[in-house]
Amino acid sequence: MTDRRWPDVALHVVSGKGGTGKTTVAAALALALARDGRRTLLIEVEGRQGIAQLFDTAPLPYEERKVAVAPGGGEVWALAVDPQEALLDYLETFYNLKRAGSALRKMGAVDFATTIAPGLRDVLLTGKAVEVVRRKLKDEPGAYDAVVMDAPPTGRIARFLNVNSEVSGLARVGPVRNHADLVMGVLASPATAVHLVTLLEEMPVQETIDGIAELQADNLPVGGIIVNMTRPPVLDGDQLAAAVAGTLPVQEIADALAACGLGAHGGEIVPALLREAVDHAHRVALEEREMARITDLVLPTMVLPLISGGIDLGSLYELAEILADQGVGPERAS
Amino acid sequence: MNGHAFARAPRLNIDRILTDPRVRIIVCTGAGGVGKTTTAAALGLRGAESGRNVCVLTIDPAKRLAQAMGLSSLDNTPRQVPGVCAPDGSGSLFAMMLDMKRTFDEVVEAHADPERAQQILGNPFYQALSSSFAGTQEYMAMEKLGQLHVRAEEEGTWDLIIVDTPPSRSALDFLDAPARLGSFLDGRFIRILTAPARGAGRGIGRLAAMGFGIFTGVLSKILGAQVLSDLGAFVAAIDTTFGGFRERADATYELLKDAGTSFVVVAAPERDALREAAYFVERLRTDDMPLAGLVLNRMQQVDDPQLTAEQAASGAQLLAEAADTSAGAGLTSALLSLHAQRMQLADQQLHLADRFAAAHPGVPVATVTALAGDVHDLDGLREIGELIADSANP
Repeated sequence: MTDRRWPDVALHVVSGKGGTGKTTVAAALALALARDGRRTLLIEVEGRQGIAQLFDTAPLPYEERKVAVAPGGGEVWALAVDPQEALLDYLETFYNLKRAGSALRKMGAVDFATTIAPGLRDVLLTGKAVEVVRRKLKDEPGAYDAVVMDAPPTGRIARFLNVNSEVSGLARVGPVRNHADLVMGVLASPATAVHLVTLLEEMPVQETIDGIAELQADNLPVGGIIVNMTRPPVLDGDQLAAAVAGTLPVQEIADALAACGLGAHGGEIVPALLREAVDHAHRVALEEREMARITDLVLPTMVLPLISGGIDLGSLYELAEILADQGVGPERAS
Repeated sequence: MNGHAFARAPRLNIDRILTDPRVRIIVCTGAGGVGKTTTAAALGLRGAESGRNVCVLTIDPAKRLAQAMGLSSLDNTPRQVPGVCAPDGSGSLFAMMLDMKRTFDEVVEAHADPERAQQILGNPFYQALSSSFAGTQEYMAMEKLGQLHVRAEEEGTWDLIIVDTPPSRSALDFLDAPARLGSFLDGRFIRILTAPARGAGRGIGRLAAMGFGIFTGVLSKILGAQVLSDLGAFVAAIDTTFGGFRERADATYELLKDAGTSFVVVAAPERDALREAAYFVERLRTDDMPLAGLVLNRMQQVDDPQLTAEQAASGAQLLAEAADTSAGAGLTSALLSLHAQRMQLADQQLHLADRFAAAHPGVPVATVTALAGDVHDLDGLREIGELIADSANP
C-alpha cells in the first residue's frame, strides 16, 4: 500500500491561512510520503521560492529537480510552476505551438493570458499539477507516487481549484473550456485531497471552517486538517485552574526558587511567574476551545508541534516523522 | 549582541502621524495573516478618538472584526461607527468593506452613457474581469481610495483615510496590479484585438504584423473565437468612454507618492512576514513613497527579563531532578520551564527583528505584544492602538 491514510490520493493540495506554515507542512508531507523508496513531487505555484528556501537550495526553475532524500531511500523532487512557462508548455503539448511563444510574448498576449485573463492563470497552474498527476493515473513514465502542491491560502483555495467556474465566464465552449474540464476531472475526483493547515487560534480556525464549507460546496475533496505549531501545556489542569483563581501557593514557589538557587532574584520573580501562568492558562483554554471546533468538523486531523528556533532542513525530517507516526505514508518497515 | 540594531531603531510615533493634519491617507500593508486589517482598524479608532474624521477602507475583514466596527454587510458605502469620537466631541469613525464588482460597475456607470454602460455591464468578458481577475481587487481598492479621497477633499467628510491592502500573493501586487491592468487596457494587444486586421497591421509595425496571423490564430485556438469577440466588444465599448484606464491608475499611484500619504508596513516576528516587509520597505524607498514605519505585531511579552531563559531552564531542571518531590517543587519547575519557553521565543523574535533593523536602519518601529485572543470589539481595537502608540516611549 502506498499510503496508509490516503491510499487513493495522487494529488495532495496543501492550503492554510497566511502565517500557519503551509509551505513547511507541504514539504514535510512530501517527505513523509516519499519514505522507503517512493518518489514524490512538491509543487509551488505562487512564485515565492519558499521550497528552495526550506530545502536550502538555489531558486527552483520550471523543471522537476530532486531536492531531498527521504528516510529509507525515497526521493522528493520539486517544481516551481511559473504561469508564463506553463502557458508555453501548454501550447507545445496541446498545439505543438512552442515557436509561437516569442511572437505572443511581444504582443503582450502572454502577459494577458497569465495575469489578466480571468481564471486562465489558475487553469495553467493547476493544469500543470494535473498533467504530472495524470502520468501516474495513466501509468506513464516520469510518474510520481504522490504530488504535493503548496497551494494559495485558504481564503482563495476553493476559487483557485474550481477552475471550471473560473473560466466559465470567459469561455463557455472551446479549447480552454475543454482543458478546464480535464483539470477539474482530476481535482474534483478521489485522486485529490485538499488539506488545510491551521493554528489553534480563532481566525485561522474560522478560516479553516469557512474554507471547508466552500470546498464542499464546490464538490472539491477535503482531505484532512493539520494543526500546526502546537505547544503542549506546561501546567496540568489543577495548576491551570489554580493560576486563574489566583490560588497558586506563593510561599512554596518562593521556597522552591530559593532551593534551586534563584532565590536571590528576590520578590519580583514570583509575581512574574504567576502572571505568566495566568496568561498560559488563558491560552490553553483558548486552544482547547479551538481544538473542539476542529474536532466538530469530523475530519482526519493531524497535529504538529512548534519547532523552536525556526524551521531548517533537519526539522522538516522531524515533522515528516511525526506525520508518519500519525499514519501518513507507507507502513514502517519495523 | 542580540537586539542591538533593533534597540537602536527609531520608535514609530503613531500619534504624531495620526494627529498631523497634513497626513490624509494611511496605507497598511504586509504579508497575509499578520494583522493588517486589525492594525488599520485600530489606527482608525485611535485617529477618530484624537479628533480626526476617519474613514477606514477594509478589503476582506474577518467577520468578528467587521462586527467590532459595526459592519454587518458589504455594501460598498462608508458607514459611521456609532459612539466614536474624541473627548471634546470632535472626530468620527466611518468604515466600509470593498465590494470589488460594485466598485467596477460604478466606474462604468459614472463614465459611460446609460446605453453603453448596459453594453459593458452585460459583456461576458467584463463580468469575468470584474469578479474574478486576481488583480481587480487591487485595482478597485486603488479606485475606491481615489474616490474616497476626492470626496474627502471636496466635501470635507473625512480628513483621514486608512486603507488596508488586499490579501494578495505579494504585498507588492497592491502597487503593481493597477498599472498592469491599466497598461493592458491601453496597450497594443488590445488595439490589435479591436482594430480591423488591415489597419492593425499598419499601426503596430511590420514585425508584429507578421506575427499577427499566427497570433489571432493561436488565440482563437486557445480561447475560442467567442472569447476574442467578447473581449473586442468590451474594449471597444470601454475605449470610447473612458479617459484611459492607465491615467486613472497613474493618478492614484501619484496620490500614494504624495506627502499626505503615509505607509505603515505590518509584520509578525516571523521570517517570511519580515521578508515580505523588507521587500515592501525597499520598494517604497525606490519609488520615493512615504514610509511611516513598521508595526511588529504578536511580540511575545516578557514579564521578567532579568531571569534569562538559561537560568530558568537550569532552575527547572534542578528542581525536577531534586530529591524534593513536593508539589511546590514540581509546580515551580513547570513555571520556570514556561518562563524559559517564553524567553526563548522572545529571543528568537528579537533576533529576527534585529536582522530587519540592521538591514533597514532608520525605519521607525512599533511593537505590539501578543494578545490572548482575537479582537471582537472597540475596546480590543483601542487596546491595540494604545500598544502601538506606547512604542514611542519604551
